[in-house]
Amino acid sequence: MPVLVVEDLHVSVGREPILRGVNLALNPGRVHALMGPNGSGKSTLALSLAGGPGYEVTRGRASLDGEDLLSLPPFERARKGLFLAFQYPPEIEGVSLREFLRLACAERGQGFCEFHKSYPQAISQLRMEAFDGRELNVGYSGGEKKRAELLQLYLLKPKVALLDEPDSGVDVDALRLIAGAIRTLAESGAAVLIITHYPRILEHVPLSDVFVLDGGRIVEHGGPELAHRIGEQGFEVVRR
Amino acid sequence: MTVQGSPRVLTREFVEALSVEKGEPTWMRAHRDRCFAVFEGARLPRFGPDLSGLDFSDLSYYARPVDPVKRWEDLPDELRRTFNALRLPEAEQKALAGLGAQVDSEVVYRSLLDEVRAQGVIFASMDTAVREHPWIRDYFMKAIPAEDNKFAALHGAVWSGGTFIWVPPGVEVSVPLQAYYRMQTEAVGQFEHTLIVAEPGSSVHYIEGCSAPRFARSALHSGMVEIFAKDGAKVRFTTIQNWSKNVYNLNNKRALAHAGATVDWVSGSLGSKVTMLYPTTVLLGPGARTENLSFTFSQDGMWLDSGARALHRAPDTTSRLISRSVIQGSGKSVFRGTVHVYPHAKGSKAHVECSTLLLTPDAKTETIPILNAETDDVELGHEATVGRVSQDQLFYLMSRGLSQAQAMSLIVNGFVSPILKEIPLEYSIELKGLLEMSFEKAIG
Repeated sequence: MPVLVVEDLHVSVGREPILRGVNLALNPGRVHALMGPNGSGKSTLALSLAGGPGYEVTRGRASLDGEDLLSLPPFERARKGLFLAFQYPPEIEGVSLREFLRLACAERGQGFCEFHKSYPQAISQLRMEAFDGRELNVGYSGGEKKRAELLQLYLLKPKVALLDEPDSGVDVDALRLIAGAIRTLAESGAAVLIITHYPRILEHVPLSDVFVLDGGRIVEHGGPELAHRIGEQGFEVVRR
Repeated sequence: MTVQGSPRVLTREFVEALSVEKGEPTWMRAHRDRCFAVFEGARLPRFGPDLSGLDFSDLSYYARPVDPVKRWEDLPDELRRTFNALRLPEAEQKALAGLGAQVDSEVVYRSLLDEVRAQGVIFASMDTAVREHPWIRDYFMKAIPAEDNKFAALHGAVWSGGTFIWVPPGVEVSVPLQAYYRMQTEAVGQFEHTLIVAEPGSSVHYIEGCSAPRFARSALHSGMVEIFAKDGAKVRFTTIQNWSKNVYNLNNKRALAHAGATVDWVSGSLGSKVTMLYPTTVLLGPGARTENLSFTFSQDGMWLDSGARALHRAPDTTSRLISRSVIQGSGKSVFRGTVHVYPHAKGSKAHVECSTLLLTPDAKTETIPILNAETDDVELGHEATVGRVSQDQLFYLMSRGLSQAQAMSLIVNGFVSPILKEIPLEYSIELKGLLEMSFEKAIG
């Protein structure tokens, strides 16, 4: 049974149609990839599922555990277990990473004590000791921002995790760390969708499905071998 | 004549009767008379907020709705509940060296820890202090004369209640002293006088909290604070006001910092209809320092006109004026940061930083920095920013499960954190709660 189902989703940004009927299903415990050339609508899909401002759904449905997602405000989608790791997380000055996570975890039903156990564990697992006490995303490098997103993902334990380019701008070591975290997440039963241009990160995770988005539609759906083919021959292989 | 009673036009007879009723020494009676004459001849300030809603002939200049008590339990029920809700008795037990509470014109409760009393510290109501310590005459309204402005003159004529603190040489009061001011009567004027004399090498932290229930008619709070920090003394003065939206809050605060002394002002202004507040430090001796941290939260129909002044009158003096203003609805905030470096104040440093966060399109703000240096041997810095909460930030936080009100208050808390972290914990928790509540109300 898929946990997230997207049917015939049409989304416009500033009246311009970007998604033109996306169909997609994500299964629990599996790692999926969403690939596609620049401008194909990958980030639009992730942001509209999370309820981003300015993303207008003109047609279609999306549900989480059979419950309609699109009529909910962003925070209720999150509280039901949807998580979006941002491609460009904004900086929030004066707010400590820890304090923010404590609040967010409380909204996911985690008590004070639980957080005080899980936070240091996650910090050491992701080797983020140097982040403790820092402000949320303020002055982080590109790679640091990705790791901070992952830390949040770890602690919030979502049912569905959409990761928008978790591999862009990170070095090899960080890439391994990120891939490891994605593996753990899937093992714990979450459905994961990795949005990426490059197959590199996909080699480090137990990939089950690859979706290819082009021109606002899913044009191809296959297994891990599809990612290999795209890696070798580019997106031309899916264009007919 | 009796001084208690309904609103009236202020007269010389009233001012004299007030002094007689308080059993004051003749110098104070003469002082009040002189201030009254100055008040009558003075104009309203020619800058800042509209004060036309303030009717000098519709104010109770003295109100004593409650008799002083020795124990909280002896206060009338309603007031006791109020003070309990403000957690004053709790703070007194846990976090304070001494506490005073004033309702309208008179102090109704006061306590001081025995060990602090044993250090020789005086923590008294201003009325008592004026009767008991004649030497106060050398300090009372010597930092702020009646001629300074109309409200200083009015205060000098009708002041009542407030706090007197004397810290002996070298004595460090390690736990804060606090006073709470409550306006309980409709259309009342509250004019408490606070005088702190910190002898050489001493240190003290004093906290003021203020609140009032809301009435239809305007009320006036016009307190005065004078701080004398002698050589090497350290004084920190924290004010958190949450006056109701019918209160004109027009204060005078000034400190004189002698050689090597430090005076820090921390102000949180959350309430009132109109506030005019410009804590001033005169850096009189070499090496004196001052820091002025101000946080204002202006909402619908409010005009918070605040600022800070540092007058560098000696070499190697330092000032840091930092403000954070948050404006919601049709609120207005003005910040006036003034630094003046006199010719002989060589080697001085001053830094003025004001940041404003606008939460709504109707929010109005102005920052008016005035930096003057009469010597070249000085370091002056100034920064000002005005920003809005970005949709990206809000969405990001909401995508982590925080409601819009929670997200908004987190962003605002982050913005004011440089000030918030300097505010005593009980107050910063209360402040955070107040902010979140106001966003929930605004967002619905």
